[in-house]
This record gives sequence, structure tokens and C-alpha cells, in this order.
Amino acid sequence: MERIDVHPTHTSNGYQLRCGQPFPFGATIVPGGVNFSIYSSHSTACTLVLFEKRAPQPFVEIPFPESFRIGNVYCMVVFDLDFENLEYGYRMEGPNNFQQGHWFDPSKVLLDPYAKVVSGRDVWGTQPNWDDIYQHRGRLSFDDFDWENDSPLDVPLEDMVIYEMHVRGFTKDPSSGVKENHRGTFAGILAKIPYLQELGINTVELMPVFEFDEFEHSRYHPETGEFLVNYWGYSTVNFFAPKAGYAATGKFGMQIDELKNLVKELHKVGISVILDVVFNHTAEGNERGPTISFRGLDNKTYYMLTPEGYYFNFSGTGNTLNCNNPIVRGMVLDCLRYWTAEFHIDGFRFDLASILGRDPWGYPLANPPLLETLAFDPILARSKLIAEAWDAGGLYQVGSFPSYGRWAEWNGKYRDSVRKFIKGDAGVIGEMAQRLQGSPDLYRGAGRPPSTSINFVTAHDGFTLADLVAYNGKHNYANGENGNDGANDNYSWNCGVEGATDNPDILKLRARQMRNAIAILLVSQGVPMLLMGDEMGKTQGGNNNTYCHDSPLNWLNWHLVEQNQDWFRFVKHCIAFRLAHPVLRNSEHFQNCDYLGVGFPDISWHGVKAWHADWSSDGRVLAFMLCGQHAKGGRVKDNQIYVAMNMHYESLWFELPAPPVGTAWHVFANTGAQPPEDIHAPGQEPPLESQSSLLIGDRSVVILIAK
Amino acid sequence: MAFSIELETINGQAKLTLIGELDGGTAPLFKEKIEAAAEANATKLVLFMDQLEYMSSAGLRVLVFAKQKMGTGVEIFLVGTQEMVNDTIEQTGLHQSFHMVDSYDFTA
Repeated sequence: MERIDVHPTHTSNGYQLRCGQPFPFGATIVPGGVNFSIYSSHSTACTLVLFEKRAPQPFVEIPFPESFRIGNVYCMVVFDLDFENLEYGYRMEGPNNFQQGHWFDPSKVLLDPYAKVVSGRDVWGTQPNWDDIYQHRGRLSFDDFDWENDSPLDVPLEDMVIYEMHVRGFTKDPSSGVKENHRGTFAGILAKIPYLQELGINTVELMPVFEFDEFEHSRYHPETGEFLVNYWGYSTVNFFAPKAGYAATGKFGMQIDELKNLVKELHKVGISVILDVVFNHTAEGNERGPTISFRGLDNKTYYMLTPEGYYFNFSGTGNTLNCNNPIVRGMVLDCLRYWTAEFHIDGFRFDLASILGRDPWGYPLANPPLLETLAFDPILARSKLIAEAWDAGGLYQVGSFPSYGRWAEWNGKYRDSVRKFIKGDAGVIGEMAQRLQGSPDLYRGAGRPPSTSINFVTAHDGFTLADLVAYNGKHNYANGENGNDGANDNYSWNCGVEGATDNPDILKLRARQMRNAIAILLVSQGVPMLLMGDEMGKTQGGNNNTYCHDSPLNWLNWHLVEQNQDWFRFVKHCIAFRLAHPVLRNSEHFQNCDYLGVGFPDISWHGVKAWHADWSSDGRVLAFMLCGQHAKGGRVKDNQIYVAMNMHYESLWFELPAPPVGTAWHVFANTGAQPPEDIHAPGQEPPLESQSSLLIGDRSVVILIAK
Repeated sequence: MAFSIELETINGQAKLTLIGELDGGTAPLFKEKIEAAAEANATKLVLFMDQLEYMSSAGLRVLVFAKQKMGTGVEIFLVGTQEMVNDTIEQTGLHQSFHMVDSYDFTA
């Protein structure tokens, strides 16, 4: 029998209608028509505005009859629409009173926050028609992708090696060798999967892929004339739609399929996908920003406002999303559930996540409902949740982010400790011992495992690794902000000359310092994260905040892999070594004792003398040994691993602790040696000549394995 | 260019010839022919696409529909797809679900 809910009950402007379903929000294809549902608590009336694809003017506007409003939700089924060619938006009526926080303006067509496809910036960098009355347009999506039994990978967090990457920057440069019309897109990443496999990482973290506007605040550099854009994309236009300009098929509106296909293919080779998500603010900016969506739909619900009606700005970008308002909380939850269920995304990294723990007036909450909800959500139950545990309003929560047993953190303290240690600063040995163990000083007390600590030395925000060892200070002239932007606390060291040099001694030292950083990162407990391009020596000329450059400054130069083969090989082997040794990826904190009674503590500390670490404040030497019997809490067996770090400016003899009976020390890495002796493929480590002592060069790391 | 589509059955195999531009307006015609091929219990579905100049998302969705409708036992061949159409199919991963070939022999 035919369903009766496919029969219209009303007509308007020649279109047949019936009262819709309030849930789900957004535009949903239903038998015979499309169900439109949108929330607004302070509006007085709402009109659905329908366009044919790319048409300058709507073909019909349909006011929601009063009886189609349920609570604060307008919902309506419109029958017989050509949903392949449909674009839609809303006009909202209501008070327009700045101090009260209401910005209703029915002359504006507004984007549905729940739109799954957004058109208007279909091809990256193509100038839009600025006279268009409706720039970012909602479109319908079709959930008919063939996943072929794929599901999120569910890899334990501590077993991940994360590669933070920018979709466009990865393959945009012609040197990528990717087909021209695939460069800078999801399809481009697809073509480079074999490279990611060769490198050995098992997780990619994509910098923002939600629809954003690269033309937001675009401008010409006042002196160089370079066109500067919103390249990084930390400014969301819509939270449910993948960025069309990141898809080779964006011009066909097929970005959903292209991204899903990328996820499916990455999963097939064991690579998880984490998305960098930006819920702290939106692209509507401050009082002078454009009205795109939230501001015109229900300004007071979506944004934190001062009593005078201005926007609070804890994000440093103009506005702050009112994350702990129950409506906004619902939207964030719906969004993450959608990306998990529909796109099979494995986890999320939350930009400036401390904002998600603030109340509507900006005060930090003791028990933030949004963070708790995400931690206990049934659909997100296996998703990785990673917080950038600070915000631009000064709330710094590394070590104290409300975790509910789920949340991991970008460990900014790890970054700073390692940077200081490798440049030879005194007074960081104690800190380093904590960082190497997965920062138990920050996490153990609260019962949080080592994998809470996402360890990194470099990230998109700051120097690349090559620049970290080539510059003492930032060089951000190209950003056109008089060098006022970007971090000042870089803990970097140029090794003697600022910037490029052909002095062989300095180049050698820089190469060693890079090796030291990567070696330490990959033997630390916690979860290592590498920055795209660091494995091939990418430089940004000392610019530590390249957010606005769509140019070779940001695009990966793939010739570097050839030019820096020794370095690439070093990084690759360090990753493989970590993945080969479960003792480097413990799921519980070390107890610094022999709780299994096997003759060695799970971790032991050493210095130039075995079993005697020098914890003094001017120490620059630290060594540790991991007992393979204690790997993963004694559940698996692994080799003994010894790591010695000499950050002194002189070579030093290290007395070696005796390896387990029946085994001998073999050299996996020695950053002080010249390639190819600096590192060996895991499993092919040569034996060490003297088993009792070892001369370790200045500013060098040695990694030994007992077998 | 206007769209046209023809269905023939050769040795129990369904042959579809697509010409012109396949978009939201013409995709329903394509879908009808797929349904007809499925009703005829074709053992293979062979789509001649060398004269197909454009395929929109609607066309791609009919390809997905074809796979589901014909069932996993029926192999689907896309013959001679032009570069632009081919590109769209590849970027969205559909090429793995079909045999992409330059020519097809019905006697084999």
C-alpha cells in the first residue's frame, strides 16, 4: 500500500507541501520530496528559498506556514523537486537589535548549518561572482556510496604514528607528479598512498576539510603584491560539508564521494584518518564580518556575546562559538556523528579545544557538558578525540583538559621540552625524563594513559623541522603583518648562521639536530606526530605562520625526497623501528620498577655511567633502557632497547648497562655517524664492537637494541 | 548534445549504448534501461560510453544503482569511456566496481 505521508496537504506558489519532520535538521530526501528542517529560537518567521544550480535569483520562495513550526523548528516537505540541480537557503525574520544580540535580516539568504554539500567555492581559487546575493549555497547529498565492508579502523591510539598534512599542499606542486587536474585534492592524496605506505605512518591528520572560504580576508601584500588567502582553512563556513575546492570532482558536486573514496582506500592499507576540526569559531568573524549562516539564523544562540552585544573573542579570530549552549552542543555532536558514521572518519583533533570547555560567558566549566557528551557518545565510542588543549583567550589546559577517560591532548610541553633539550639548554633533564615516558607528570595522577600525550616537535603552527635548526627567530615578512604574527617562543637554534648557508660544518650539525629530534620523538612513549614535509626537509624560509600562502612556500616540493634521501631514509627507519617494537608503545605508564621479577625494571635511567643518571640542573646527558619483557605491561615480549642522548657540546664515553644474558647490543641508530651508518633498517642492526662502553659524539643520540 | 540510450540483448548479455550528455534530466532514462536489463536477467551488463561526453553526479549514481540492481553475480563493463568521464569515475572510486575496458567482444 502506498504510504500516506507522500501526499501533500498544502500548496504555495505552485508547489505542493506538507508539514515536515523536525528531525533530522537539514535537507533530507524523503518519498516524493525533500524534508527541510531548520532551528531558530528568536525568529518570527522563516522562508525557504530555492535556486536552480548557480542561478542568480531563486526560482521560488516558500514561507513556512505557521502550523509547520514545531517548537523552535521550521519543518516542511516540498514535493517534486529536481534535487540534483537544487540549491537552497533561508530567509529569517525577527528582531534586529544589536544590544539584544539579534541580527535578523530577511534581505539575506542564509546557509543551512546542516547542509551536507555547499557550492559557491567549487574550484579552489576561482574568483566567485561577488555580486551574487547568496555566496555559499546549500545542496542535497546522496548517501549511496559503496563502502564495500569498510568501517573505521579502530587502531589503539598508542599504536598510531600521525602525519599532519594539508590536503592542497601535499600534491599541489607539479613536482608531486600527480595528474594536473588532481593536484591539491583528495584524489591527489589517493595517488600518493604508496608514498605514505613507504614512509610507514599509519594515520593521517588532515588540516581542516570542512567547507571554508579561501577568499576570506584575502588581500594583496602591500609591498610584494602577492595575493594572500585563507590557505590553512581554520575558519569554517559549514561543519557538515567537505570543502568542494579540495575535490577534483568539486565542479561536479562530487566532493563527498571523492573524500569517502580516499578514506576507503587509506583504510584498505591500514591508514587511519583523523580530521582537524574547528568548532571554536566560524567564518562570520566579528561585527564587521559577513552574514553567512549562524548570525542570521540565531545569533544569540550560536555565539558568545558580551552584555553590550559584541562578540567575545577567545579564538583570536573575531567570534567564539557558544559551544556549551545545548543547541550548539547538539550541532557539534550531530556533526561528529555524521563524519564518523557517514565518512568512516577514525578520530578528530579539536582546534583550540579549551573553548569547548567554556560556559556561555567564557568561564571555564568544571564539567563541560560538550566534552563529556562527546566522550560518552555511543557513535563516537571508538573515535580518537584529541584536544589542542589551549585557546587564544589564555586558557592553557595541557595536563588538565577534562578527559573523561577519553580525551588525548596535543602535548605542547613535549614540543617545548624536546626543543630546549636538543639545543643544549640546561635544566631540562627532569622534564625530558617525563616527556620520554609519555608525560606521567601531567597525566598519570588522573589515571590517563601515556597515549593521552600526542607528542610532536613540529606542527603546521610554527617552524618546520628544517627551519627549527636553521633560524633563531621567525621571519614572517611575507605574511604582511610586520612580523607581529606567529609564535615568538620557538626554542629554536640556527646552529651558527641564521638561515640558508653552504657551510658544511653547520649543515652537518643541522642534519644531526634534525635526526636527534626525530629519533627522540619516535622512541618516546605516547603518540608521535610528524608534520608533512619534515621527512624530506621542507623549509618555509623561517616563516612560522604560513597560514595565508597558496604558493610553493607551503606546497610540498617532492624533489626534496630525492635531494635528501639519507634524511628520508632516517625518518622512515625510525617509524618502522617504533612500529616493530611494542615496548615503545606502552598502554600503561612505566612503574620504574621490575614488577614482573625478570631482572630489569620496565624503564631504567642511566648517564655516562650505567645505572647512574645525572639529574643535576646543568646536565645535558640522559640515557634510558626499556625492558622488553615489560612491553605492553608484560603482555607481549620485545627486545631490550637502550637510548643514550648526549646533548653536550663534547663527545662523551658512555658506560653501557649489560644487556640481558644471551643477548648483545646492536646499533639501530647513531645520529652522530654519517649516512648510511647513522641508521639501519629494523632487523638489520649490526652488533656493537664493545659491549661495555661507547663514545657518543656531541649532540648525538644512539639507539641500541639487544638481540 | 542531446542524450540518447539504447538497449540490446546479445547472447543473453545486455548492451547499452550511451550518447551525449548524461545529467540530472536524462539520468532517469538511464535508470529505466538498467531496470529493463535486470528484468531480462542479463548475465553481463556492457555499457558503451565512447560517445558519452559528460556525466554528472546523477549519472554516477545510476552506475551505483546498476551495481546494486544487477547483483554481485553480474559483471559490469564500461567500454571506451572518454577522458573526462573516466576521470570522474576514477576520482570517486567507482572504477574499482566496474571493468573499465577499451573494447568488448560479445562472442567471448
